[in-house]
Amino acid sequence: MTRGPTWFNITSLVLGFSFLYLPIVLLVIYSFNASRLVTVWGGFSTKWYASLLQNEQLLDAAWVTIRVAFTSATIATVLGTLAALVLVRSGRFIGRSLFSGMIFAPLVMPEVILGLSLLLLFVAMDQARGFWTVMLAHTTFAMCYVAVVVQSRLVGFDKSMEEAAEDLGCPPVKTFFLITLPIIFPGVIAGWMLAFTLSLDDLVIASFTTGPGATTLPMKIYSQVRLGVTPEINAVCTILVAVVTVGVIAASLVTKRQQAQRERDERAAFGADLA
Amino acid sequence: MAKKSIGPVRREFVPWESPDHPPFIEFRNVTKKFGEFTAVNDLSLKIYEREFFALLGGSGCGKTTLMRMLAGFETPTTGQIFLDGQDMAGIPPYRRPSNMMFQSYALFPHMSVEKNIAFGLKQDKLPAQDIESRVAEMLRLTKLEEFAKRKPHQLSGGQRQRVALARSLAKRPKVLLLDEPLGALDRKLREETQFELMALQEDLEMTFLIVTHDQEEAMTVADRIAVMDKGQLVQVATPAEIYETPNSKFVADFIGDVNLIEAKVVEKSTTGTRLVSVTDGFVIDSEQNTDAGTDETVWYAIRPEKVRIAQGTGEAGAVNQIGGLVWDIAYLGDVSIIHVKVGEDDHDTIRSTFANVSRMVEKPITWDDEVVLTFDRDAGVILRG
Repeated sequence: MTRGPTWFNITSLVLGFSFLYLPIVLLVIYSFNASRLVTVWGGFSTKWYASLLQNEQLLDAAWVTIRVAFTSATIATVLGTLAALVLVRSGRFIGRSLFSGMIFAPLVMPEVILGLSLLLLFVAMDQARGFWTVMLAHTTFAMCYVAVVVQSRLVGFDKSMEEAAEDLGCPPVKTFFLITLPIIFPGVIAGWMLAFTLSLDDLVIASFTTGPGATTLPMKIYSQVRLGVTPEINAVCTILVAVVTVGVIAASLVTKRQQAQRERDERAAFGADLA
Repeated sequence: MAKKSIGPVRREFVPWESPDHPPFIEFRNVTKKFGEFTAVNDLSLKIYEREFFALLGGSGCGKTTLMRMLAGFETPTTGQIFLDGQDMAGIPPYRRPSNMMFQSYALFPHMSVEKNIAFGLKQDKLPAQDIESRVAEMLRLTKLEEFAKRKPHQLSGGQRQRVALARSLAKRPKVLLLDEPLGALDRKLREETQFELMALQEDLEMTFLIVTHDQEEAMTVADRIAVMDKGQLVQVATPAEIYETPNSKFVADFIGDVNLIEAKVVEKSTTGTRLVSVTDGFVIDSEQNTDAGTDETVWYAIRPEKVRIAQGTGEAGAVNQIGGLVWDIAYLGDVSIIHVKVGEDDHDTIRSTFANVSRMVEKPITWDDEVVLTFDRDAGVILRG
């Protein structure tokens, strides 16, 4: 019996992927449009990419976004990892389920509410809004994601490895940096990347908490689109898509190769017991 | 009559028989509670330098907790622990002169074999060339030289076990703690490794404390065994003593195979005790003197290999001679186990084992044969409860 793809399978595949990727493909194609009119094809050109480099405003916004994303992701990773450690390690204490519930809550909280409450807080604190407030706001919600990702890595962690390190003369804090952190590092990195991307494309919370001089890229794009889509915007978005795609593909290739290497090693080691 | 001794003698090493020999490890009235649950209950134990000591018991008997208290991972609720004369109270694990080999091996997955072994030495800030030579020595000792650069996941189970051993030995601890060290290995490899462990312990002249639930393993490697139950020591003795002179029904039943016969004391004299089986009325004559009073019900424990079996019918009323019918036969190759029905009830059987010393037998024992079981006056032990 041959089990080739049936027409039904092929059709659903095509429909599904078109639904997902057609808008993005269109965006990429129109970023190479020579015409100023977004919806009219006027020949191939890369001039919008060139003019992008001249657009100070967009470049500024991009720079702000990267700085916000980098700082907030880093702080969120530290805080989120600590939160995950406490929740996984400290066993049962009064209010444990309340705490873990509160860690998850911002994941499902509407962004508008989160943004508004942060804005109210900053106003109450009489804090001038700008780079630091956006950064803090992003740290707040990103750390929940980090905590969740790191927590899943910690659950499978064999605690006797830490005990072994202490038994061999390594004090607890040093053990954390020499043993625990290197082992959960893939989880921590994944958390950082997630936090970075979330901060990169956040529009709602940034709009609430930002101030003059700290416009992020999504905010910039959004405000420009309201005045009409320019091919320049298409070009920016294409670059963003390219960066994300390359990152994801690279990450999955690395993981795949490590996995394959590991399986080969384990197969090789299996035979050694019989030898 | 020449003085008899129990079992083969492996080495002349009996510090526990001299009362003023200083102990190397001492648990003094140690109790450990986890909430309501008492894991270790008012336990006192002395272990001597260069001894290979085994803590043996079922799961939840407190043996692992006892070892973890010595390593410093648990704090006793009450009581004291001494190691080489020093009170261990308040000393964290990373400052204790003991090292532990974990059941899961707990190898550091991100470090190579040699880095794993060097880890403890680096914590002591030894000079680099000392670390290097010690690691090389450990690799040689555990036959791991060719795997030095490998990561743990590139090793087989047996190799990982040896890395864990090398890592815990590298610092030359005063005492090596082994927590079910061979549990993850298959039977053949486990037996080999047991003898390797013994050789290693004698070569390095170190004190080893092993926790295990496997009685064969404990009996193979240890100088002395402590049988534990419900957080307390039931018996502490050499493997041969534990097997041949168990002090309770629990130990007799836990170690090896045993026939437990419920019997009543009918006569006590200077030369021994006479018992009568409660259910079947046969007479047992033992050279053992017991504290049990006349008419008291006791247990007579006799190992199956000490019960001889022969075809034929016994004399009525003869001493240490029980007639019966062959009820079940198990042929295991090296030995055969015969279940002999000695009473009315089908479960009322006594087991006899014998080595199959010849390949052929003229008249093999078979089902429903009439047989006689006999045993010597010193073959069994009288146990009260």
